[in-house]
Amino acid sequence: MNEKYARITREGLWDNNVVFAQMLALCPTLAVTSSATNGLGMGLASTAVLLLSNIIISSVRQFVSAEVRIPVYIVLIATLVTLVDMSLNAWAHELYKVLGLFIALIVVNCAILGRAEAFASKNSVFDAALDGLMMGIGFTLSLVVIGGVREVFGSGTLFANAHLLLGPAFSFLEMTIVPEYKGFLLMILPPGGFMVVGLLLAAKRVLDQRRAAKAAAMPEAATV
Amino acid sequence: MKLEELRGKLSYQGILLGGVALLTSAALAFASRATEADIKAAEAADLKQSLAQVLPGEYENDMLQDTVTLPGKNGDVLVYRGRRAGKVEAVVYRVIGHGYAGNIVCVMGVSREGKILGVRVVAHKETPGLGDKIEPAKAKWIFDFDGKSLGDPVAEKWAVKKDGGVFDQFAGATITPRGVVNAVKGGLEFFEGNKTQLLDEAGGVK
Repeated sequence: MNEKYARITREGLWDNNVVFAQMLALCPTLAVTSSATNGLGMGLASTAVLLLSNIIISSVRQFVSAEVRIPVYIVLIATLVTLVDMSLNAWAHELYKVLGLFIALIVVNCAILGRAEAFASKNSVFDAALDGLMMGIGFTLSLVVIGGVREVFGSGTLFANAHLLLGPAFSFLEMTIVPEYKGFLLMILPPGGFMVVGLLLAAKRVLDQRRAAKAAAMPEAATV
Repeated sequence: MKLEELRGKLSYQGILLGGVALLTSAALAFASRATEADIKAAEAADLKQSLAQVLPGEYENDMLQDTVTLPGKNGDVLVYRGRRAGKVEAVVYRVIGHGYAGNIVCVMGVSREGKILGVRVVAHKETPGLGDKIEPAKAKWIFDFDGKSLGDPVAEKWAVKKDGGVFDQFAGATITPRGVVNAVKGGLEFFEGNKTQLLDEAGGVK
């Protein structure tokens, strides 16, 4: 049983990572990762929706027939996103002003429909919740890494404006990596996003290949 | 087993889809009603806050209620008015500049004497890192307008330095500050042209 949870966790965080393995959700990814803070905001908002949508879809999976499952999922997810959008706007307005832009983008995040179809509709509520949470965390980490790389090379800072998202207590996260940096505009603009995603993807592949080679090789030949 | 059989039927699909649509719309309608008042209140508070940024100081009236709409160069302009002792002391309105990548929407506060109390950019699509220095969070540039009026500097100096004016441009981005300067100048001209109506005590609500 424990092995199953470990597998779900590993799949979400690394092996089947939303961005770097499934290659889903690239539209919101490229759009918002001009800084690490933006990536974090988008990641957290998506995680919440992913968790809720996996729970709901898993709990109604007995009733939904295969023929109409996609429209049912889409309606459920769109409703969920709209509900989150409205409640944040009404009751957490300060947070909404920072995250508002991302919430609308979650509707176009195909990773959420992807998890509903590939996992939540076939597994128990608890497993689906864990899968949603881990996929969300994996997505958040990817966005923070992409955003961090683009931000350091593009504007010489890291986690700039984090206090707007997380509150003043987190302003210690805001770092200036390169003082008096003139900025490298390409990294902030969309082409920079493509380049960083491509390079990070290549790096992940190299790591995975090394690990596979290590596992396959004899113990004495492990120093590849 | 019963459910298995039922799921294959055509009518089940219709009822399922209809049911889901009904339930979700009901949830949305309910949420919309539950949040409507709070969202309105939060947006009004936002607007008040942004008005306070360009109108420093205390005003006795609720500016959101004391408005007047006048025809401007690009359509109607909604003007909020701040009063002290019943007299209109300052007005706030929106001006739109043409930037490098679309419109730059600014709000500006102008005193009774025609002096700028403050300018803020509320929405723009300028290049990050180059044109976005018009935001107060990125640079102090936007504060250069404070205290200026149509005669100070004189009309031909109301431009960026590259065009022979007094306002700085940014390295690599001249079109953006030029757009903002022109918009603010246009805003002051609007104030001059409509002074009597803007400062008319009788008009407006209360």
